[in-house]
Parts: sequence; structure tokens; C-alpha cells
Amino acid sequence: MDQYTLNLLVVGASFALYIGIAIWARASTTAEFYTAGRGVHPVLNGMATAADWMSAASFISLAGLIAAVGYGNSSFLMGWTGGYVLLALLLAPYLRKFGKYTVPQFIGDRFYSQKARMVAVVSLIVISVTYVIGQMTGAGVAFSRFLEVESSTGLYIASAVVFIYAVLGGMKGITYTQVAQYIVLITAYTIPAVFISLQLTGNPIPGLGLFSTHTESGLPLLTKLDQIVRELGFAQYTTLNTSMFNMFLFTLSLMIGTAGLPHVIIRFFTVPKVSDARWSAGWALVFIALLYLSAPAVGAMARLNIIATIYPQGTQSEAVLYEERPDWMRNWEVTGLLKFEDKNGDGRIQFYNDKNDAFAATATERGWAGNEFSYNNDILVLANPEIAQLPGWVIALIAAGGLAAALSTAAGLLLAISSAISHDVIKDYLNPNISEKGELLAARISMAGAIALATYLGLNPPGFAAQTVALAFGLAAATIFPALMMGIFSKRINAMGATLGMLTGLLLTCAYLFTYLGVFFIPGTNMLDNVAANYIFGIPPASFGPIGALANFAVAYLVSNATEEPPAHIQELVESIRVPKGAGGATGH
Amino acid sequence: MADKSSSNAYWAANIRIITISMVIWFVASFGLGILLRPMLSGIAVGGTDLGFWFAQQGSILVFLGLIFFYAWKMNKVDAEHGVDE
Repeated sequence: MDQYTLNLLVVGASFALYIGIAIWARASTTAEFYTAGRGVHPVLNGMATAADWMSAASFISLAGLIAAVGYGNSSFLMGWTGGYVLLALLLAPYLRKFGKYTVPQFIGDRFYSQKARMVAVVSLIVISVTYVIGQMTGAGVAFSRFLEVESSTGLYIASAVVFIYAVLGGMKGITYTQVAQYIVLITAYTIPAVFISLQLTGNPIPGLGLFSTHTESGLPLLTKLDQIVRELGFAQYTTLNTSMFNMFLFTLSLMIGTAGLPHVIIRFFTVPKVSDARWSAGWALVFIALLYLSAPAVGAMARLNIIATIYPQGTQSEAVLYEERPDWMRNWEVTGLLKFEDKNGDGRIQFYNDKNDAFAATATERGWAGNEFSYNNDILVLANPEIAQLPGWVIALIAAGGLAAALSTAAGLLLAISSAISHDVIKDYLNPNISEKGELLAARISMAGAIALATYLGLNPPGFAAQTVALAFGLAAATIFPALMMGIFSKRINAMGATLGMLTGLLLTCAYLFTYLGVFFIPGTNMLDNVAANYIFGIPPASFGPIGALANFAVAYLVSNATEEPPAHIQELVESIRVPKGAGGATGH
Repeated sequence: MADKSSSNAYWAANIRIITISMVIWFVASFGLGILLRPMLSGIAVGGTDLGFWFAQQGSILVFLGLIFFYAWKMNKVDAEHGVDE
């Protein structure tokens, strides 16, 4: 059976499974549509949360990001997992006790203010829409590479599948498809990782293999990697090559941002009890860690493998002849994600760091006229099974896994967007008298609208798609996270304080990002060049989240203390969300 | 709901457990993984040092331990203060 048929079969089977689940898990009430009827087992919710959270970025890009920089990009590992500690200890149990449907609803009720709620809705929509663009384009890329269809056709197929289970099943359909998607994606990620770890170190567990001995050279794997990247003029893998301050702030920014992402928070509304919300956060991190503990090993080993492919006799010997390059390089050259240009005309692929002045003399001595080989970081995961010469079905699994990661996150984001529109805006703002049936219909229509918007943005991705991720994390950290935390941990923060705090976080973060990245990221509209010398106190735009959060906390605290205390019934509300007792009653079933 | 004084004691106990957990959270990631790495560079772990291991593996394992510890501990505290479900 050829690779194409195999890909088609595996991806087709996974899609059939998702649609089957959708038909089985239809939502018939708004409680089911928004929170899966609050009947999801904490372990299953943990699995669904892991799929919800691990996007195309985690599945496809994470290992490549770490491989490119080495130790410095450990920020992604610590940041994207450490946020779950904040979620589990500071937010999830109390929001589950509150027992409503959306994040803006908590903010509106706790701060007894429609204005606060609408600021939260705006933040939520900006965060989730910017986030969903990446998922849709990721799905399109996976389709075009593995199924050889136009990426727009791929996008339509992906949207149609999400449409079926998200519109029919709401949170209930999404939850159970996410469980299936998690199993697909973790299998797809782990199998090649285990084989590659075995090939290089003899250790079947990639996270342990990373710190084991490289069988071929007899050196520790990381020592070997450090040595060969240095021999090609690249920065050493295990050392910090940026500043400690940057790494610290960026890690913090990712952690707080993660804890403030609405599509992750609402997953904890689906479990039956407060204690389940606590356990469920732990299970979510177990399932996330299965991928995140392997990712740095996948990255380091793939980088080692790529260099070994190009310098089969070692980095001190001649590079491989272009005509003799392996098949996986030929396959990926077609996609443009891997490029070769013979600058010195010797027919060999010289791969080294030509930006390193200290290395220039060595390069000239060896007759090199510039780096001839470049690759997109994403192929480290996508081409991994081919690089390690694994069988065709593993390659097909990677295709299904990448699609599962993109679709599961897209569905979670779409639910966060549509529930904010149908519940926060339509039900509680525009038309409070809407019937249960009417609201369910509104929720389905909002979902369909959100899918149409996401598809449109996926087809016409704004040129700034990559930079908007900084906006999503920055806003989540600067608006949603502080508002939720203060709502739970302080009885003194009032409507005025919370609203002005969130507005400060929102505007300050946008202003800082737009200054360096352009107004609404339109190229050429930035006031200052995006270089370190221009940053205020050296803070890069992608690390601004904690500063925005701090501003939010400070404004909310000062304004609240200068104005009236919240009314007694709000203080009682805070008392009641702090204790688990009575969570079952609040769900109304 | 439980009476006021018991619920205050419950909240104080919760805050104490959260504070201890957050200190461990900070030390395992920002501390051992980033800030203290140069100080601990003498401790070799598989071709590199302890700080690198904490940044890429150890911190995640500590986070896992913390969340499960918190869930287990709070279940006990809930029951002691009569505010469990």
C-alpha cells in the first residue's frame, strides 16, 4: 500500500471516529451545550483538557522551537506546564464552585457590572479568535502535506468535521471527541519518539534518553550535540544564549497567560464537584506531560539526526553530496519547508552558521561560501518518522495526530467564543427573556458563525498570524487572569476597580505590542523598531503579559480602596465560592 | 454552609497550603531551572547540569506532584472543616 493511501485511511478512520462520537454525544440542553451537563469524569476531563490545550503549536512546533535554541527555549516547557499549577490552585476549584457557564459571566456577577462583563467578552473574543487562526492554518498545512489536497480544500474538510461535532454536541460533543483526539495525538507523538530514542541511546523513554549516552559516539547525548553544533559555528545547545532576565520574564508570561486562557478554564466547568476540578487539573497535566517530557528529547535528537544526515562521516569531514541526499529530504523539498542552494558549486550540502563571525575563517578554509541548507522548524516533528526510517503507518499517524491537535484546540476555542456570544451577549444582555430552546438555538448559530469566521481567517491568514500569539497570551495574562484571581482572593475589589483594572491591562498590553509590532500588526505602522535597544526596561513585547497583569492588579487595588466596598451580597458570594460544599446544588440537576 | 469562624479557619488553612505550594512552584522552575542554574553548574546530570534537567524535565515533574498534593491535602482539609461536598 502506498503512503498516500495509508495516510488517507488513517486520517479518514480518525475523522469517522470523531463524527461517530458527535452523533452519540448530542447536546439537548444549554447545560449540556456549555458544560457537557457537568457530568464529565475528572480523568476524562483531564484528557480532554490536554487535547484542548495542546494545539498545532505544541504538537508540530514545540520540539522544533526547543531544538533551534536549546536551553533558552525551555521557557516554553516550563511556561506552558507551570500555568496549570496556577489554574489548579488559584482558579479552577472556585470557578467550578461558582457553577455558571462562561468566564465573563463570573466576572460580571462577581463585580456586579455589565461593563466589566463586556470588557471580559471583548478580551475573550480577541484572545480566542487570534488563537484559532493558527489552528486552522495548521490543519490546512497538515492536509496539504499528507493528503496532497489544496490547503484550502483541507481547511473546508476540517471545518466541516468540526461543524458536525461542535454544532451538534457543543461542549458535550467537543469533550468526548477531544478525549479521542488526545489518544490519537499522544500515540502519534510517542511512537516515533520512542523509536528514535532507542536508535540513538538504547533507552525507550525519550525523556531519559535525552540524558543518556549516545550509543554511536559513547559520549552523553547532550555533550555530543553541544560538540557538533559548536563545530558548525552554532551557539552551544545547553547554555543560555540570551539574558536570564528575558528567559525569566518570558516563562512567567507564558505561565500567567496559560492560566488566563478562557477555553482552558471552561473545561473545568464540566466536572461534577469542586474536588474533581482539583484532581482534573492534575490529570490534565499528566496527559500534557506525556508529550512535554518527550518534546525536548524529540527536538534534541532530531537536530542531532539532521546534522548526522548532512555530515555522515562527522562534522569534520565532507558534507553529503546533494545527489545522494536521503528520500525524506527530497519529499520535504517539494513542500518548500526545506531548502538547498549550492553556493560554492561543489555539489555538497554545507550546513553551518554563516552569521557567526568567529567561525568565518574556518568556513573559508574549508571552501564554504555560505550556509546552503535551511529548514522550517516544524519539520522536526513532521518529518521525524521519515528521518528515523520508520514504517509508513507511523507517518500516517503523524498526519492524524497533527490534525487531531489542531482540531481539538480549534473546537475548544470556538466553544469559548460562541458561548460568550450566545450566553453573555445574547441571553444576559440583549434578550434576557430568551427561552432555553431559543438560547440553545442561538448557541448553535453562534457556533456556526464562529466556525465560518475561523475558516475565513484560515483561508486568508493575516500576515501577522505568528505575532498574534503574543497578543493572545499577553491579553490573557493582563485581563482575564488578574480579574479572576482578585474576584476570588479579595472581597474588597469592586466593580469600578475591576473594570478599570482590566481596561488598563487591555489597553496597556495592546499599546506596548502595537508600538513594536505595528498598529493591529499592520507592517510599517510600528512607532519603534522591534529591537532590544528600543524596549522599555528591556522588556520584549512577547514578555509583556506579567507587566500588564501587574498594572491591572495595581489599578484595581487603588481604585477599589478609594471607592465603596462591594455590597454585602457580593461579599457573601465570595465566601460561598471559597468553600466546596454545595457545588452540586448550584448546577440545578 | 458551615458557620463563619470555621469557614475563616478553612480559608486561612487553604491560603497557607497555596503559599507553600507556590514557593515550591517558583523554586523548581524560576529558581533551579533559571536563576540558580549558574550556582549549581557543578552538579552534572547526563552530559549537562542539574539546572538544564530542571528546566526541561524536573520542573514539569514537580508541577505534577504539587497539583496532586494540593488536591489530596485540600480534600482532607475540606473534611476537617466540614465543608466537603
